[in-house]
Amino acid sequence: MNAHNKNRVVITGMGIVAPNAVGVPAFEKALQEQTSGIRFDPQLADLNFGCQVSGTPQITEELLAENFTNLQLRGLKATGLVYGVIAGKEAFKDAGLEIAGLDVAMKDMGIIFGTGQSGGEKFREAILLIDQKKVRRLGSTSVIQTMTSGISAWLAGELGCGNLVTSNSSACCTGTEAFLMGYERIAAGKATQMLVGSTSDSGPYIWGGFDAMRILPTKYNETPEKASRPISCDAAGFVPGSGAGAFILESLESALKRGAKIYGEVLGGALNSGGHRGDGSMTAPNGQAVQDCIKLALKDAQIKPQEIDAINGHLTATSKDAFEVKNWSVALNRKGENFPLINTFKSYVGHCLAAAGSIELVGTVLQLKNNVVYGNSNITSLHPDITDVVDSNCIPNQMVNRDLKIVAKASFGFGDVNACVILKEYRD
Amino acid sequence: MQEKEIEQQLFKIVKVYLPQDVESTAIELDSHLMQDLGINSAHLVDIALDVEDAFDIMLDEKDMEEMQTVKDAIQIVKAKTA
Repeated sequence: MNAHNKNRVVITGMGIVAPNAVGVPAFEKALQEQTSGIRFDPQLADLNFGCQVSGTPQITEELLAENFTNLQLRGLKATGLVYGVIAGKEAFKDAGLEIAGLDVAMKDMGIIFGTGQSGGEKFREAILLIDQKKVRRLGSTSVIQTMTSGISAWLAGELGCGNLVTSNSSACCTGTEAFLMGYERIAAGKATQMLVGSTSDSGPYIWGGFDAMRILPTKYNETPEKASRPISCDAAGFVPGSGAGAFILESLESALKRGAKIYGEVLGGALNSGGHRGDGSMTAPNGQAVQDCIKLALKDAQIKPQEIDAINGHLTATSKDAFEVKNWSVALNRKGENFPLINTFKSYVGHCLAAAGSIELVGTVLQLKNNVVYGNSNITSLHPDITDVVDSNCIPNQMVNRDLKIVAKASFGFGDVNACVILKEYRD
Repeated sequence: MQEKEIEQQLFKIVKVYLPQDVESTAIELDSHLMQDLGINSAHLVDIALDVEDAFDIMLDEKDMEEMQTVKDAIQIVKAKTA
């Protein structure tokens, strides 16, 4: 226990299914090279979507066979469940943990693995059968694939986790929120290890509502890799994405005891909401609440604003990007050349919605481990409202080497919800 | 349909739902689907749907309740396809 009377918490495992790479080593390479995972999406085109590009992970038959039995694959249509299981199992394996024996679960290891909605495609299949008065034809996996907690329940069974097992949901904050909730549980001494993360389905039934709201880009259907343009003057909306990110969080004591590899330390963070007050609404952020969230995260982590070396923003490629940068600047009281380095991976993975926070946190942890900040792609020129606040040298177009001690990662979501995590390098 | 033919089809259907630690050679006529073969009770629903598709029949509640062993299933299918 430290001065704050909390257990120290470290990251000992990671897993990822992203639009531009599957598996942590491949994702690391894709970030270095700024490989785009945004492709033309024929299904969206067939259905007359305005936006016909997406960031959809490429899952091979081999990968499915490695992670699922033939029986599990029968009728499995919940893509988010598939991504989450693959990422969750990768993180568990990466941490060097052993699956529980057949009789007793690991009582000190829990799961918080969130999603926005599970199995849209499976739910559609069920709805069509029910409407044809064929409810009995649904089979046994309709519930598991469409319940929000399907992903945490599935992973709990595969691994044998016996502590808290749940799935949180807070739109685009889901992944970052799961990470913090898992951290808090270990810090409070209620668990030793937590598998945390989030996942998000692919496809028209998840993304349709956003297309209808006209917040997706429509002019890049022939040039998909250029579609996602965060912080650029010509940002035209977010590219719908999907995938999953996963972590093993663990008490420092437990990690040291078993000689685990340590990626970094979780210093703390904050979760809050603007309550749809002030400039906040169901779809717009309350700037004061965003600033409060960042300040509360610093306070929780017991660090000063000047100690932040880099920020991985939410920065989705909408008109709100400049507002976000301004909020960071006000909250940290840093501007111009004194602003930390800031980036977003959304220009090459798109906005993975419920999975965004966890996918981007994997990238943020890789930055901390490798002492680099990965580049921002597709910036024609920075939005003028951004250069009013921050010097352009703080926004790298290509990977830069930087000795990173402390980094911040935030996600902001529909519902006026905010999440901010503070991570620190771990040295023996 | 020949009894042997029904039996082969049923073995094929049941095989899919065996737990990983149960070999397909374990399936016998008298095998109880749940007790002997360790099939998850939730999957009995799926087996019934596969049987309906394979033999183009409908199973009612009573059939589902009576379908405890592979032999039971053969009898039910035989009666329905006769």
